[in-house]
Amino acid sequence: MPSTSVVNGARIRAIIAEHAGREGPLLPILLAIQEEWGHLPREALPVVAEALNLTRAEVFGVASFYHDLREAPPGRHVLRLCRAEACQAVGAAALAEAAQARLGIGWGETTADGAVTLEPVFCLGLCACGPAALVDGRPVGRLDALGLDALLAEVR
Amino acid sequence: MRVWLSQDAAARALGADAVAAALRREAAARGVALDLVRTGSHGMVWLEPLLEIAGPHGRMAFGPMTPADVPALFERPAAHPRALGPTQSLDWMARQTRLTFARCGINDPLDLSAYEAAGGLAGLRKALAMPPAEVVRAVTESGLRGRGGAGFPAGIKWKTAAGAAAAQKYVVCNADEGDSGTFADRMLIEGDPFCLIEGMAIAGHAIGATRGYVYLRSEYPDAIGILTRALAVARSEGVLGPQVLGRGAAFDIELRIGAGAYVCGEETSLLNSIEGLRPVVRAKPPLPAIEGLFGRPTVVNNVITLASVPVILDRGADFYRDFGIGRSRGTIPLQLAGNVRRGGLFEAAFGLTLAEIVDDLAGGTASGRPVKAVQVGGPLGAYFPRALFDTPFGYEEYAGRDGLIGHAGIVVFDDSVDMLAQARFAMEFCAIESCGKCTPCRVGAVRGVETIDRIARGDAAARSLLAELCDTMKYGSLCALGGFTPYPVMSALAHFPQDFDRAREAAE
Repeated sequence: MPSTSVVNGARIRAIIAEHAGREGPLLPILLAIQEEWGHLPREALPVVAEALNLTRAEVFGVASFYHDLREAPPGRHVLRLCRAEACQAVGAAALAEAAQARLGIGWGETTADGAVTLEPVFCLGLCACGPAALVDGRPVGRLDALGLDALLAEVR
Repeated sequence: MRVWLSQDAAARALGADAVAAALRREAAARGVALDLVRTGSHGMVWLEPLLEIAGPHGRMAFGPMTPADVPALFERPAAHPRALGPTQSLDWMARQTRLTFARCGINDPLDLSAYEAAGGLAGLRKALAMPPAEVVRAVTESGLRGRGGAGFPAGIKWKTAAGAAAAQKYVVCNADEGDSGTFADRMLIEGDPFCLIEGMAIAGHAIGATRGYVYLRSEYPDAIGILTRALAVARSEGVLGPQVLGRGAAFDIELRIGAGAYVCGEETSLLNSIEGLRPVVRAKPPLPAIEGLFGRPTVVNNVITLASVPVILDRGADFYRDFGIGRSRGTIPLQLAGNVRRGGLFEAAFGLTLAEIVDDLAGGTASGRPVKAVQVGGPLGAYFPRALFDTPFGYEEYAGRDGLIGHAGIVVFDDSVDMLAQARFAMEFCAIESCGKCTPCRVGAVRGVETIDRIARGDAAARSLLAELCDTMKYGSLCALGGFTPYPVMSALAHFPQDFDRAREAAE
């Protein structure tokens, strides 16, 4: 992953060029930038705006809308816990409390050692085997406090 | 030895990859040539990871499998402790009417020739031999309605777009399946992606569109991976491209990934998202069928709506329409979720009662405690008490009881659930996910949380205020997010008033 402190304008312009031929390229571009930097650096937005002939406000309006687009880099691992109804029915709220207590962080926060970012998610489509989680993109079902400890031990 | 093992995200979430690794290890140690085919899911999530081997009466199922169960499979499979019997004879499978999900769980989802051998592409071939208007008529006569939740007749939408003159039209597949308790879109894309591609190609032919988009949510990384590869296969094999199947007009599909926004499941918000605009909801009219993506005629349909089209074209509108009740024709993939003993996907003709679904199919709760409430239709659906369990599954039947079937997600709660907390969550969710364009939703949801908190503190007057607020949201919101949030809230209040009393008693 490139340095997160220095945003490489040339690389951003290359990403923009890759998507320039598409209809409605803005969201794919923002996702591609986040894919590369792990977050959406604020400095990238004016570069995108200029390339697509949009105002900075228009680009910011899109970038600020979506839960997935982050302003700050996440931890080395991202734990997304489902908070939606089907998982609530099988104990998701208690699991979320346990996760926050064990990590010592709240939703959207990263542990001080930079190991884990905890994010809420509203449904992973794993509603028949909840509580569900996504650990660095890997689906996990029927997660309980014990399973959570094992997962955290694995990633820390 | 050939082994079929599900790679559906639910199966993986329950350890299917570890079972696959154990199979490879064991086969290597025994010097057995292993032919491992990773398939989609049959939908029996409580039996995942589900594995199959060839038997004298078709495939034999084993599940739920763990790596420790693998060695015995190489000894005497019939005596295996996880042996379930022939897959298609299992009660759950035998009782279904699998039309849309006919192939899901059977083959490698990226094997196009297996797809064809199982009846795939027959609907598209028939459609391409028909004038577009005939295809639209078949879809109309099948009675197919929008499976995303709105229930709008698909044929009427198609006819409107077909009749609109434009140099460019679009078919947009709404795969932003954000409703909790639903996973039919995910399962179909991961298990039978060519079925969706085929349905979209038929839609393209019917309305005269050459471009399609699938808007798929980022929360489904496995589905994204499979659909990306399926589109590449479809392109290289000529199912998509300048000439569909060598005889049709051009049609291609581009995959767009969402970025975590529930409201993007609303069709006009979704169109704005693809266009690269801030995805707030658009006022209707204009209808997307006339002025949709980039202002051009666009059919926006849910995954299951589009994936039901191939079987309609293949087997005929009458065949499909003969299933179901009232104005709910055909089949619906019920998704049994939450606190259930048997969770998964069960495709059946419309008409099963909620009692049959919850008590019989799902087998009651996983916790073994009594069922208290069932939320049907996602986070915007009503909570039904047992008194309403005689409701037959159908669009009008649920609407008549102040509920909705939505995308057919059924979330079961046992008696430990606090319905005031569920009502509060519905408002909280709406506040988090509101696009902010209309006031009843943007402000109403925040006031709703506050009002429910007042009720929780024992303020009896807040109850009528909540009812009034819900009325305003219901009739004043621009889309279903603000407009339907009152369903879970008011149904919780109406059917479970004791949960809203408890706090007051505590305060007194």
